[in-house]
Amino acid sequence: MTIFYILLLFIIIGAIIAVETENLLSAVICIGAIGFGASLLFLFLKAPDIAITQIVVEVLGLIILIRATIARDLTFISGDREFFGVVVSVVIVFVIFLAGIIVLQTLPDFGTPAFTKASVPASEAYISEGLEKTGAANLVASVILDYRAYDTLGEATVLFTSIIGATVILRKRSRKLLEESE
Amino acid sequence: MKGMTVVVKTIASWIKVLIFLFGIYIVIFGHLTPGGGFAGGVILAGSYVLLMLAFGREFAEENLSLGWASRLDCVGALLFIAIALFGLVFGAASFFYNFIQQRYLADKQTALELISAGTIPLSNIAIGIKVATSLFLVILVMSAFRPNESE
Repeated sequence: MTIFYILLLFIIIGAIIAVETENLLSAVICIGAIGFGASLLFLFLKAPDIAITQIVVEVLGLIILIRATIARDLTFISGDREFFGVVVSVVIVFVIFLAGIIVLQTLPDFGTPAFTKASVPASEAYISEGLEKTGAANLVASVILDYRAYDTLGEATVLFTSIIGATVILRKRSRKLLEESE
Repeated sequence: MKGMTVVVKTIASWIKVLIFLFGIYIVIFGHLTPGGGFAGGVILAGSYVLLMLAFGREFAEENLSLGWASRLDCVGALLFIAIALFGLVFGAASFFYNFIQQRYLADKQTALELISAGTIPLSNIAIGIKVATSLFLVILVMSAFRPNESE
């Protein structure tokens, strides 16, 4: 139990350093530390599927971010913040904090998911009948690709659309640059 | 931007095959062991990103060009939707119906075997192709894009 709190503290400290540090590269490295902490957390929560995905995406995302950071010199934002902006953000954070306290009180205890509170919990059906009905030994795969395949289709569509957008927007400019250089 | 030193190039040329094989293993065994289409696809993309970082962008584009990557991306997405529509056609008129498992594999004891679970491994392969090529496309497109040169 204490390992979760240690990891959570590590993640929170990493997030604060990532926001407060002035060097952009060290902020990126702090974000990587947050991701690896989260993947360790998933591993200790006995969710190896999510831990593998988290660690792999973290590595690739870090490569993209570091490549984007290192390749060019960046302008740093300096100077004092506006008084009005600071007041507005403090008020918003305070409201979200109060709402979070109210919401977190209604959540079930740590380790007892909300699914198990229902009279006929869906997770019980997945665990007891999943292997028979879908034939997949990995129950996570049977949930995300059979019972809840609609969600996976939506996820794949989101990825597809974002890649199309990135390709269209970024390639057009780079092609124009290529033509100009020729 | 013609890649890194000879040490990095040598190590990368040994390791790239192992990373690629590991990605294929994660995708194909997704219905038996932790992992699956998404994680395996990211590992497959990672092997190409390693090529691109070590040997430069032109070398990676010779192996998998921008046009082929976007074509494979579309093929993966269409394959996934085709599996869902086959369930609609052959099954009990429901989207994503696991028709192979229910029709052909339900009576046999295929638990923990490689060929089991009907459409789940096929969906894993489709998602693996899709994720691998689309993440490779992201890196390729972002490395082609240089905002400073436009100024």
